Amino acid sequence: MRHTLTVLVENNPGVLARVAGLFSRRGYNIDSLAVGRTENPTISRMTIVVEGDDKVIEQVSKQLNKLIDVIKVSDITAEEHVDRELVLIKVNADPSVRGEIMQIVEIFRARIVDIGRKTLTIEATGDEGKINAIIESLKPFRIRELVRTGKIAMLRGSRFTTVENGDEGKENNKDEY
Amino acid sequence: MKLSGAQILVKCLEEEKVEAIFGYPGGAVLDIYDALYDSPLKHYLVRHEQGAAHAADGYARATGRPGVCIATSGPGATNLVTGLATAYMDSIPLVAFTGQVATHLLGRDSFQEADIYGITLPITKHNFLVKDVKDLARVIKEAFHLATTGRPGPVLIDIPKDVSQKKAKFDYPEVPRLRGYRPVLDGHPEKISEAAAAIAEARRPVIYAGGGVISSGASEELRQLAELCVIPVTTTLMGKGAFPENHPLSLGMLGMHGTKYANYAVSECDLLIAIGARFDDRVTGRIDAFAPKARIIHIDIDPAEIGKNVRVDIPIVGDVKRVLQQLLKRVQAGMETEWHAKIREWKEKYPLKYEQNGKIKPQFVVEQIYEVTKGEAIITTEVGQNQMWAAQFYTFTKPRTFISSGGLGTMGYGLPAAIGAQIGRPGETVFDIAGDGSIQMNIQELATAVAYKLPIKVAILNNNYLGMVRQWQEIFYNGRLAYTDISGPDFVKLAEAYGAVGMRVTEPKDVRRALEEAMQVKDRPVLIDFIIDREENVFPMVPPGGAINEMLEG
Ligand SMILES: Cc1ncc(C[n+]2csc(CCOP(=O)(O)OP(=O)(O)O)c2C)c(N)n1
Ligand SMILES: [Mg+2]
Repeated sequence: MRHTLTVLVENNPGVLARVAGLFSRRGYNIDSLAVGRTENPTISRMTIVVEGDDKVIEQVSKQLNKLIDVIKVSDITAEEHVDRELVLIKVNADPSVRGEIMQIVEIFRARIVDIGRKTLTIEATGDEGKINAIIESLKPFRIRELVRTGKIAMLRGSRFTTVENGDEGKENNKDEY
Repeated sequence: MKLSGAQILVKCLEEEKVEAIFGYPGGAVLDIYDALYDSPLKHYLVRHEQGAAHAADGYARATGRPGVCIATSGPGATNLVTGLATAYMDSIPLVAFTGQVATHLLGRDSFQEADIYGITLPITKHNFLVKDVKDLARVIKEAFHLATTGRPGPVLIDIPKDVSQKKAKFDYPEVPRLRGYRPVLDGHPEKISEAAAAIAEARRPVIYAGGGVISSGASEELRQLAELCVIPVTTTLMGKGAFPENHPLSLGMLGMHGTKYANYAVSECDLLIAIGARFDDRVTGRIDAFAPKARIIHIDIDPAEIGKNVRVDIPIVGDVKRVLQQLLKRVQAGMETEWHAKIREWKEKYPLKYEQNGKIKPQFVVEQIYEVTKGEAIITTEVGQNQMWAAQFYTFTKPRTFISSGGLGTMGYGLPAAIGAQIGRPGETVFDIAGDGSIQMNIQELATAVAYKLPIKVAILNNNYLGMVRQWQEIFYNGRLAYTDISGPDFVKLAEAYGAVGMRVTEPKDVRRALEEAMQVKDRPVLIDFIIDREENVFPMVPPGGAINEMLEG
């Protein structure tokens, strides 16, 4: 099963290498990884989608937690959350098919962000299903280039995965054991 | 007053009360060495950086204090790698400093540039590349904190040359607050109660103790628990010395070359109490046949070890010493039962044994070392058969007396580790029980031992073979001895060339006398070349992938 982990890390150079290295070294399968700064400039948030059974995910979380630069790991898979991906698609678009493409763009509430002589560049955001669907719909026109971010995610309602005052870091499964 | 980065480094080491630094100079650490020149800190010059890392590691294992080593950039730094990996696998506290090319030269394939930060990411507990001298003191403080707390391990600090030259104000910070690092020390009270209840209910309990007992200084608590609840104790290779092996409750070592009775006890037990151990494959053999009848309590400081290799019924995350203290308050006194009678029977029926045949038996040499040193020596080992014979035939009774590369199995570890151990504990007798293959991997450190007049003893169990590999070839590869028949140098001449005492023993009757003679030498190392029965194998043995209760016999 696929799990979505949100991981707060120190905004240090090298932290991405640590996390990526951990996954490859221990043979975990990353589906996607997105990283960027948070509201606190000293902290970055990684959203990692990883494939594995419960035992694997438990090890992934524990191994991540073990990294000194990792502040907090939350598995939000089972919790209500919003998740989004962003895709840019450059698609062949002769004047004859432009109308059709624009209709698709509208249906998916995507946007055209650039026009070339023979191409259109489309920006779409949404969850994975929607992104896959728009890609499928545009395929017949011949997609020339596609770039897609990893998934980012956030809990719904007034719940957070953030640390308060940077101080509620790892409790290291204290509650569990 | 402002100090240079190099001076700050030296000040920090003084603040940390570092007593020994093992190192080797070079271009990128010239400033650091220049600062050491003025310092009361004791620096030991090795002959190869790998020797520095292992010596720092041996020092740490023998004393419980962090080991410190220094190497220059590029090849100096890469020479540390095996030593860091060795320490990492065995959770040994080290702080390693490497010089690096100046910051403006980083990333340009500059002379003697190697990305040691990147190289050591997977073999250190944590590592740093310091790009601003203002960060240096804090980083060093954090490094010592990280290396020595929680699950200990090596930490590397890479220091570009200009950072060691630039100046900054020196303030040695307090113990850092790292928001990503909060080792849990006390066991969860509910789990402690569950464990106590499980111990009370168990009819056939066994304690399986590892290196964590030694690193947390919990040998006394372990003994109390075993004696109070009357629970037999087996240890891992790393756990040797955590529980006295001459104690009636001791089962010796378990696993691939463990005692039959330890492996039988684990296979039959109904409660396995794992303490500071990590269910390594050399211990468990075929994992689904390991302790198949047992509930498992697992006490460890590292949450990631829980459930990594085996399912655990009662996990307790915490410092072993604290958890055992908590547990001791909750358990009830046990008593002798049929289980103990059964174990006694196994012990009598299946002792570790070997047969004399007129040649020098390696087991006999180890026993003689035990007798001559009255069981009081610090034993380091190389890797291979020599390591297993040392583990099997020397009776270890105290923590920090068996010093061996367990997790990585690093040939060439024993001699530099003996140097570190001897420097850390100058009054003790230190023996490196060596193989003729392994000893050649860091033989150059004899020069270090001679230079510092260290009276370490090296006992080579010389079979003119890469013996352990030969044993596997004999048993599992139809005796096809591919490249394991090695001829060594004349070790006696070699020792003498270095300025050490060299001896050769070819007859069993001369073993004792040679050892006694070696004990008289106090001002330099002694190397004894024991020409042993070269076909001797290590038994019992669990074949790879086998269940631990199905052991091969000689
Ligand atoms: C650095 C390194 N290289 C290779 C090995 C694989 N290896 C394990 S035991 C062994 C033979 C060791 O020979 P020796 O030191 O003579 O010990 P013996 O087994 O003969 O006692 C080898 C090659 C190793 N453990 N470490
Ligand atoms: Mg040999």
